Amino acid sequence: MMTDRKTPSGLNPPVNRRSVLMGGAALSAALFMPKGLRAQDYPTAQVNTTGLAVTDDTVTVGILHSITGTMAISETGSVQAEKLAIEQINAQGGVLGRKINYIQEDGASDWPTFAEKAKKLLVNDKVASVMGCWTSASRKAVLPVFEQYNGFLYYPTFYEGLEESPNVIYTGQEATQQIIAGIDWVVRERGAETFYLLGSDYIWPRTSNKIARKHIEDKLGLKVVGEEYYPLGHTQFNSVINKIRLRKPDVIYAIVVGGSNVAFYKQLKAAGIDMTQENPLLLTISVTEDEIRGIGGENIEGAYACMKYFQSLENENNKEFVKAFKDMWGEDMVIGDVTQAAYLGPWLWKMAVEKAGSFDVDKVREASPGLEFTKAPEGYVRIHENHHLWSKTRVGRALENGQYDVVYETSELVEPDPFPEGYQ
Amino acid sequence: MFDGYSSSELVAIFAMQGFAGLILFSVLVLMALGLAIIFGQMGVINMAHGEFMILGAYVTYLCSNIFETYIPGLFCIYFFIAMILAFIAAGALGMFVEWAMIRHLYRRPLDTLLATWGLSLILQQTYRSIFGAREVGVQIPDWMMGALPLTDMIDLPINGIFVMVLTFAIFVAVALLLLKSGWGKQVRAVMFNRTMAGAVGINTERVDRMTFGIGCGIAGVAGAAFTMIGSTGPSSGQLYIVDTFLVVVFGGAASLFGTLASAFSISQAQSIMEFFLSGSMAKVLTLLTVVGILMLRPQGLFSLKIRS
Repeated sequence: MMTDRKTPSGLNPPVNRRSVLMGGAALSAALFMPKGLRAQDYPTAQVNTTGLAVTDDTVTVGILHSITGTMAISETGSVQAEKLAIEQINAQGGVLGRKINYIQEDGASDWPTFAEKAKKLLVNDKVASVMGCWTSASRKAVLPVFEQYNGFLYYPTFYEGLEESPNVIYTGQEATQQIIAGIDWVVRERGAETFYLLGSDYIWPRTSNKIARKHIEDKLGLKVVGEEYYPLGHTQFNSVINKIRLRKPDVIYAIVVGGSNVAFYKQLKAAGIDMTQENPLLLTISVTEDEIRGIGGENIEGAYACMKYFQSLENENNKEFVKAFKDMWGEDMVIGDVTQAAYLGPWLWKMAVEKAGSFDVDKVREASPGLEFTKAPEGYVRIHENHHLWSKTRVGRALENGQYDVVYETSELVEPDPFPEGYQ
Repeated sequence: MFDGYSSSELVAIFAMQGFAGLILFSVLVLMALGLAIIFGQMGVINMAHGEFMILGAYVTYLCSNIFETYIPGLFCIYFFIAMILAFIAAGALGMFVEWAMIRHLYRRPLDTLLATWGLSLILQQTYRSIFGAREVGVQIPDWMMGALPLTDMIDLPINGIFVMVLTFAIFVAVALLLLKSGWGKQVRAVMFNRTMAGAVGINTERVDRMTFGIGCGIAGVAGAAFTMIGSTGPSSGQLYIVDTFLVVVFGGAASLFGTLASAFSISQAQSIMEFFLSGSMAKVLTLLTVVGILMLRPQGLFSLKIRS
């Protein structure tokens, strides 16, 4: 554990956020060693032939997340990470010598609003790229807008796959990257043979469980003893817990999202299913450090989560990232998988622009595949031809303090495969 | 449907599902009781009911933090103090809201719907500003964790039993208050005929304020209890409001025992069906049944017989 979350933040003297920021930014600037691109070497008329919001010294991007409504809980972290990345990039001299300005719009947890705001950002504000969206529903809503007006979106959430747009870079994992390695691990390391699949009732959990079931039954020849969905926001899980007890699966595979998680884990614990005993073992792909803050570490201690990033990852990039994030947003912040993926967006965009030597969306798109980001907090990522990222899959075990202990990671980067053959 | 279960397993299923149904029943009664008083007795459609519950939940959250930090020795009993504080906080806010807003709208019951909807948005944003957008967790004392094993296969969760006992106690208290106390008689008199009640010397304004306050206070206690099973976030209250109105309307708005009966039938139907069908399907079927019955009996399961 690298961070001690028990330290009461009240003991620290109040620090001026800006001063910390500039200090941290200067430090990371020194570490990153910018290539020293100067705006005058890249005349605006040359780097921007499509009328984007680029001037001689600034470039404007959009941030499009829900900061009100039910999704605000999840999307706040993404906004914070994106702003951190933008500040750091600016401290290093910006993109092609231009400082990044951002226009933030609120999708308000409402999918038509997302589409409307996306159009506003692309048509009125002429932003050079957009970092945003969280739920699949919001992404599907903005997709036609981005394709019609040829915008460029960096989307941070792990999601169900079955999508590949020329106008989107997916910085989270798609379903096969997250699911298959995790199930293989639990079968190999824990000898699991029977699974109980469980989730909230919408596209992501259902598609994920479909892939999980195919993998368990067809590829591994093992057994799924139950599959169940509950409405979003459901808070009564006693029935399914009873079923789990009776069918005695080796693994509870849980894809419950949002506030329902709190009810689910509290009731599991209250029903005497002790996850530290691993009987049954619980494997989830939907609980990040962010959700644990609501669930309470003591209620989920011992459960396993399978995703690509945990705050406790031991590497230099991540240490710097966690420190910078906490300096900017407060010592008691936690960073989950999606927050980290959101942080990648501005960086990958900067790299693509500088490789292309242009802000034009078509050139940025062309420059994107094959880009490597070695300073990513998760370690190292590379953009695939299909606009998803190569990334490692990791399994973490929940600790009482709300952090994950990483118990496994794939030795190689896992290739993204949004249209998996044999899994549909 | 019963494939793969032995007869002893089936017995266990029904026992545990019945118990799960009873827990759900208690939860529904806790949610609906405050609303039944406000909606049933005063005719005010309180869309902010969920937010009063969440106020109780946040009070519990603060309480648990304070006890953990300053008096960890008494942590095991913090919950009872939190419930009392939740009642006082939600009740006080309720009385203030009644004074500031609701009392001007008694002649226009439908407008209370809009006004309290606005209030709920204001409260949500206030919670978000104070506590942040993320959900917060409340630590539960150790004695509430775990389950009581009845047989090898049947375990009863302790927090479920606690919620049941709590619900029973609150329901009895409210029923006694409303049916036996002087205040209860005044409330009912005011509701039947405001002018006449005023003419015989009942301070109708005071009665209104007390009734609204107590209804909100009970919502606060319910919110405190829900921290044991659910989540606490600025908009969590929205999750409860539909179910709450469902129970109250299905039971017959003005009848406390209707609320009880309606909560019982909804929860048992839901719980039994949940076991044999999927969770979402059970909910759909329950709703359809309620809608069907309400079409036949628009006044709800129970209704007061009054001369019109």
